[in-house]
Amino acid sequence: MKNLLRKLKTEYIGRGVVTIFGIFIIVITVAISIFLIYKGVATFIDNKHSISEFLFSSKFAPQELVGSPNSGQVGSAIFIFGSITISSLALLVATPFAVSSAIFISEISPKLGKRFVRPAVEVFVGIPSVVYGWIGLSVLVPFIADVFQLPHGFSVLAGAIVLALMIFPTITSVATDALRNVPMEYKEAAYSMGCTRWQMIRKVQLKAALPGILTGIVLGLARAFGEALAVAMVIGQQQSFPKFNNGFIDGLLSATNNLTAKIASDMGNEVTGSEWSNALWTMALFLFIISFLFILIIRILGKRGERI
Amino acid sequence: MKKIITLGIVLTLVLSVLSGCGSKGNQGNQDSKNITVSGSSDLQPLVQEIANLYNYKNTDITIAVSGGGSEEGLKNVLNGNSDIGNSDIAADAKLSAADAATLVDHKVCVIGVGVVVNNEIASFISGVKKAQLKDIFTGKIKNWKEIDGPNLPIVIINRPASSGTKAVFEKWGLDGQKSIDGDLSLQTDDSNTLVESINKTKGSIGYLAYPSIINNLEKVVPLYIDDVGLNNDNIYNNTYPIWEYEHMYTKGTPRTNVQRFLDFILSDSVETQIEDMGYGAIRKLDSKAAKSR
Repeated sequence: MKNLLRKLKTEYIGRGVVTIFGIFIIVITVAISIFLIYKGVATFIDNKHSISEFLFSSKFAPQELVGSPNSGQVGSAIFIFGSITISSLALLVATPFAVSSAIFISEISPKLGKRFVRPAVEVFVGIPSVVYGWIGLSVLVPFIADVFQLPHGFSVLAGAIVLALMIFPTITSVATDALRNVPMEYKEAAYSMGCTRWQMIRKVQLKAALPGILTGIVLGLARAFGEALAVAMVIGQQQSFPKFNNGFIDGLLSATNNLTAKIASDMGNEVTGSEWSNALWTMALFLFIISFLFILIIRILGKRGERI
Repeated sequence: MKKIITLGIVLTLVLSVLSGCGSKGNQGNQDSKNITVSGSSDLQPLVQEIANLYNYKNTDITIAVSGGGSEEGLKNVLNGNSDIGNSDIAADAKLSAADAATLVDHKVCVIGVGVVVNNEIASFISGVKKAQLKDIFTGKIKNWKEIDGPNLPIVIINRPASSGTKAVFEKWGLDGQKSIDGDLSLQTDDSNTLVESINKTKGSIGYLAYPSIINNLEKVVPLYIDDVGLNNDNIYNNTYPIWEYEHMYTKGTPRTNVQRFLDFILSDSVETQIEDMGYGAIRKLDSKAAKSR
């Protein structure tokens, strides 16, 4: 009995508490997934819209907006396209900066990197997204309007730049860790064969750390996809595709909308169970599936990394 | 053995946590001293202010006021999560007839909606005719120079289709016409973002509830409509066209503590606060105005 009491103290309580928290997290995740799926499929089951209409039609006008039942449309292609374009552009802008900073911190000048660059990057992480949005709205948007002589600067470009700033620290820190974890022997072997430092970095370090860097990029993309507030403030929330058909620059400079901004702006005013609200839940489900895919990709990359 | 004991501990703890949650839900039948209010973000600042005033004398009552949007307020009061649901829109326009019938409407004040521009435009134009307003928001007038303004394209900053402010604006400002979703029509759901957008965008025009305007007069300027300026007196005699009632809904007859708070917010004693914040007092509407809505 005494033995059991001691065992309880030294082993079971601690283990029990940790297990509870662990199980709790799993239960919550599963519960949220089930809830989202249950809410998200209502558009297709209760309101009888097809999945292809949701994904590929650009007409978003639920029956509450049209005013007559059975004539609503829930096409979300504009929002999906907006999310994809803005996030990928943000990635395109952020990745070169992030990977360069990571190389600088871990290889070129670890001392300077550790003292200044790394803390600077970490400060980025701590800035709330509303602040990014606000700066974007009051500095970047008028700046774009001035430079390109436009009536307004709300645009894909503004959204992509704000998002790039936000995901830059994520990619940088993951990439830095990946570069640091490359075994010393690789480096030594490269130097012994007469590589210059840059050759070593490019041909050995970057190659060996590639899965880790890609993980950082996918994490950044996931964050970009899910960010709502900051993007909503600078993209103009116009219900139309960016005008890429008039050329790339025109597309960059036109306003559009995305999934997160649409959900955030409409959710407070629509009645639960209405077609409108169901469509918003379906968008949420779509975002959930996308982030699930991203995590899957990270898992696969991680496995590949282990093999090297 | 070990596993069974651990599992036992885990189960006991989980069950105790769960039962803890369960017993909490049964309260609230008696007249609680906690009052919860949620809904319309336009009405929220007023209710918050009046709640603070109410607390000076009634220190034992706790009033929690949150926003979330008109639908949130109606939904919360309907399923009992809130004692009071604030809404810009009448319940029967949002809910099913059966659900709306269970709610009791308390009209607390009226709210004006102003058409706003930035200082640059305001230095050219002090007002618009209602016909011009419709033409602007339906895309027929595309440049300020067409109505004696500067040579700048008009950028419309709209609210989302679900917004209560938009509903009021379209009904009374555009006489029921829908504002366009054109190339130069942007959207934002947040009043502060809207103020900032109007302020920073050349040639922009938008609409805002009067309480948000009077807090931002250095950034946005309300336009005269048919030569009538936006202020409460012009709403009271119905010469300024764009205004609507604000509603606070309860489910059935409210319990005593909630009723007392509602009595307070509906009493003449808070009229000054209501007017100072930019809302209009219902009592002061003249008969013509009262009949018009």
